[in-house]
Amino acid sequence: MSEEARKGLWGTAGFAGLMLAAGAGAFISAQKDKRDKRNQTADDAPGFTARRGFGAYDVVGRTVTIARPREELFAFWKDFANLSTFMENIVSVKPTGADGRAVWTILAPAGRTVEVETEVVKEEPGKLIAWRSVPGSQIDTEGRVSFTDAPGNRGTRVSVRVAYKPPAGELGRMVAKLFMREPAVQARHDLKRFKMLMEAGEIATSARRKDQTRAAKQAEKQNDRQEETA
Amino acid sequence: MRALTWQGTHKVQVDTVDDPEIINPRDAIIKVTSTAICGSDLHLYDGVIPGLLPGDVLGHEFMGEVVETGPKSTLQKGQRVVVPFTISCGQCFFCSTLQYSCCSNSNPVEKQDISANVYGHAMSGLFGYSHMTGGYSGGQAEYVRVPYSDVGPIVIPDHLEDEKVLFLSDILPTGWMAAENAQIQPDDTVAVWGCGPVGLFAIQSALVMGASQVIAVDHYPHRLELARQLGAQVINFRESNVLEALMEMSGGIGIDAVIDAVGMEAHGFAIDNIMDTAKQKIGFGADRVSALRQAIMAVRKGGRVSIPGVYGGMADKFPIGAIMEKGLQIRTGQTHVQRYTKDLLAKIEDGTLDTTFLISHRLPLEQAADGYKNFKEQQDTWTKVVLKPGMATENA
Repeated sequence: MSEEARKGLWGTAGFAGLMLAAGAGAFISAQKDKRDKRNQTADDAPGFTARRGFGAYDVVGRTVTIARPREELFAFWKDFANLSTFMENIVSVKPTGADGRAVWTILAPAGRTVEVETEVVKEEPGKLIAWRSVPGSQIDTEGRVSFTDAPGNRGTRVSVRVAYKPPAGELGRMVAKLFMREPAVQARHDLKRFKMLMEAGEIATSARRKDQTRAAKQAEKQNDRQEETA
Repeated sequence: MRALTWQGTHKVQVDTVDDPEIINPRDAIIKVTSTAICGSDLHLYDGVIPGLLPGDVLGHEFMGEVVETGPKSTLQKGQRVVVPFTISCGQCFFCSTLQYSCCSNSNPVEKQDISANVYGHAMSGLFGYSHMTGGYSGGQAEYVRVPYSDVGPIVIPDHLEDEKVLFLSDILPTGWMAAENAQIQPDDTVAVWGCGPVGLFAIQSALVMGASQVIAVDHYPHRLELARQLGAQVINFRESNVLEALMEMSGGIGIDAVIDAVGMEAHGFAIDNIMDTAKQKIGFGADRVSALRQAIMAVRKGGRVSIPGVYGGMADKFPIGAIMEKGLQIRTGQTHVQRYTKDLLAKIEDGTLDTTFLISHRLPLEQAADGYKNFKEQQDTWTKVVLKPGMATENA
């Protein structure tokens, strides 16, 4: 997507409450349909909840309300290295220095991992962070998280929107399996873990012992797989 | 450690399982001194609550001694505590509005999907219950890992023995909240279906709250006698026509507030219940609601319906017409235990409430399976079983 096109999209991001810019023509036209239709059927539902597809892109969105101040949540998210503490499929997010670039290491089936480099394309302190994969990435993806005050003293509404287009070929199938299993479920789970961490200071587990927690079991599985493939 | 595990319908046994350990910073480990079998444990025993796995440790009414604390626990080793059956973080919107049983954060994320699908929203975590509510290891065990130990457990003064305070964990607050949900006014006539522990405590609470008349409905003579001793009038539904009797006893007005302390496994030979039972047996329509239907018919116009009884699924032939046309108010829910523990502990200490009358049997933890069987099969006389992990086992 050209710089100009991106600017144009961000500029209209407020319409229909849809908070995502994506590079796909199909996706953009879906927005347009929605916007045009608003004249006939007034509907304030977030764009990603539309019953139509978004072409080559999969779009996931979720909002949670977290009983913490907006600035605090923004600050935690802004440090991308924190994301792996509540995003289950993310092994790590490592800043690479300039331009808000970071390398995301994502768990993939069969003990493999996929790396995606992203750049921050927009940041409004206390309000919004948007990122997209840099050209030539294995996965074409964009995402944004926005923070708005919830009514009264209920804290902050945190909305995440992610769009991604899996590549073709073997890697594509693997990535599809990884992401498309239940992408909406994964997003929902990750955000709920974020909420637990911010509100309660810890992520709930019903395990009796440390080695029985979901995180411990997943790490063990991952190690086994890596040993197998090594 | 030794613990009572669920293995399948009507099959529970005491096994040796892994000891719990501190996992999260706010955790504490409790060494259980007393724990009880709850009426809702019988729903698990009967296999009518979905989401149990063989090996799950049951029990959600327990108390004991703090033996280990995480870095953010406010408890101290050696303290005696009663632990609420509802697991609540204390910080989310629901906890901060005292709706502890609706806590957003205590049910592990991956366990929330089932109840989110079935109920529209995920439930909070509960000890020793279905995996829909977290699948947390329960209190019918020697040790329990207690999350959020800085907000849940209530510290008990040394001079109060276990049996006086154990029921703060569930059934006493549940009976109290049932009466509170009935919004009892001083001149009210209140009727309570089910004289199990919760029903009996609801009767006691309704009288403390100033109801002028409380009528108990059940069919077990001993349980009705306990209700009578608390100050209730009683109706045995096998002997009398309940609806007709309630109309007469309320002077032809109907009952001001009704409390369904029966829940999803109602007894009775009315045609609707026979059909519900058949459907429950084949897993088609989960809940038997005949007691609730009767309560809704008995309540006066503009009256209040309180439902502490446990339901889990869908109900058939539910009298929504009577609810709307009579202008009824319904209040229900899992108990917000932490909201009530402090006040109720004070009422136990000053003698306003005594809960020990309920206990019919005390068994070592090792004999827990017998406890389940008898609590299920001899409901008239086995009114409440307290299990003690430290108690010597009798030789059979």
